[in-house]
Amino acid sequence: MAKELIMDIKDFSFKYAGAPKPSLMNINMPVYKNKITAMIGPSGCGKSTLLRSINRIHDLYPNNEYTGEINLLNVKSDEFENILDIKKENDFIRLRQRVGMIFQKPTPFPMSIYDNVAYGLRLDGIKDKNILDEKVETALRDAAIWDECKDRLKESAMGMSGGQQQRLCIARAVALKPEVILFDEPTSALDPISTKAIEELISELKKDISIVIVTHNMQQASRLSNYTAFMYMGELVEYNKTEKIFLNPKEKLTEDYITGRFG
Amino acid sequence: MKGTEKRRLIINKIILALSTISALLGLIFLFWILITLFLKGLNALDFSLFTKDLVDGGLRNLIFGQFMMALIATIIGVPLGMLAGIYLREYGSGKYANIIRDLSDIMMSAPSIVIGAFVFAVFVAPFGGINGWAGSIALAIMLIPIVVSTTDNMLSLVPIELREAGIALGGSKHKVILQIILKAAKVGLMTGILLAFARVIGETAPLLFTSGTNSFWSTDLGNAFPSLTVSIYDLANFPTDKARDLAWAASFLLTVIVLVINLIGRFIIRDKG
Repeated sequence: MAKELIMDIKDFSFKYAGAPKPSLMNINMPVYKNKITAMIGPSGCGKSTLLRSINRIHDLYPNNEYTGEINLLNVKSDEFENILDIKKENDFIRLRQRVGMIFQKPTPFPMSIYDNVAYGLRLDGIKDKNILDEKVETALRDAAIWDECKDRLKESAMGMSGGQQQRLCIARAVALKPEVILFDEPTSALDPISTKAIEELISELKKDISIVIVTHNMQQASRLSNYTAFMYMGELVEYNKTEKIFLNPKEKLTEDYITGRFG
Repeated sequence: MKGTEKRRLIINKIILALSTISALLGLIFLFWILITLFLKGLNALDFSLFTKDLVDGGLRNLIFGQFMMALIATIIGVPLGMLAGIYLREYGSGKYANIIRDLSDIMMSAPSIVIGAFVFAVFVAPFGGINGWAGSIALAIMLIPIVVSTTDNMLSLVPIELREAGIALGGSKHKVILQIILKAAKVGLMTGILLAFARVIGETAPLLFTSGTNSFWSTDLGNAFPSLTVSIYDLANFPTDKARDLAWAASFLLTVIVLVINLIGRFIIRDKG
């Protein structure tokens, strides 16, 4: 496997519990390190299902079926590990610390801004007040929200605007120093100005973190991403560098979707 | 065309009139009760009711006893009910959880006298007589299904994404439930507990042959325990005016207590929920 990959998805299929047929079929897709990979496609194509497989959040619900491989680079040993082999609770927790996730709607916890960012750190076992203070500040700075909230760290996060809440959620994820962050339509509930702030933030984050983003917004995919995957009916139709997908798609289906002929 | 339009307007008016009359009828009875209680109760109300026990013509021991039993019922019932509610919403799935949910709902509408009879058979008869613990347990049995159902409902209002967000940060399921989900549902849960308390504090039938009542000041839950509601029942059957006045005063106080707790609960919901 190439060195510049952080993840390599091979022959991956996924079936929801009780579903008659799989929602994802034979997905093969690389994810490059410190790049942004966008997943586009019409509703129900399976892009969110694929994203949610990468941190195995599906396992919150019983009896879903995975086959194939999702290989994630272990930065320490420089070897790939198949995350579908994970069975123990502790390994799940470690996986989720390495692969963060941001949701469509902001999900601030009903506690102070500080406690929101410290939540994952405390779960990780950090108790020292000074270390927590420092890590919370760094995370909030990394998420470009420190200046707006440094004077109200003790206030409830529920009082922030939607855009601020979403950046707080990003700070919360960044605080754990993950290798990958998954974004599930992170701006579809936000206004254009907040969207711009989040997009700038995502571009900034890729210096240290590899990013996979699901989006309905094709302009967003073309503005933001280095690689784009186009999915349709549970299959990966085309995957390539973003400019190739948007300017010179190989598949007729991709072209039809990008030019707005369906979807 | 014109014919159907007219007909619709007439039907509309009839339905409107009927529903207005029904609403008024309901309200009339409610206010009738409240006004009667207010007039009769206020007449008999006296500050000395709060300083004397029933044996001296006061209500102090009864109010204390009623509160005490409702409080113990809450202390027993809330943890059990909440844990069961958490199980139903967060862990249970499929047939088994649905059966428990249905059973709990049935328990909620079980006749309270039946619960009293059950507790009599299990906690009174074998222990040789009515006692405060039995009364508290009877009230707790009334309270548990209410708490189960509010917990279940309030947790269902917490968006699923909040659970996933907690898991996605490396939380285990029980930590996410305890640290995030319960916090998010806090206002609703507190209100539910308050309303459940208000519901059981006004109960008579479960206490009638479990705690009975007691005319004297008592803190001994092992014996007959003072109960406001049971004493109202006894006093109302007394042939003297004085006893009946006392029953009115007690009824009035009980109504005020229940009303105030309910209002506080509703106020919290409107304010924050």
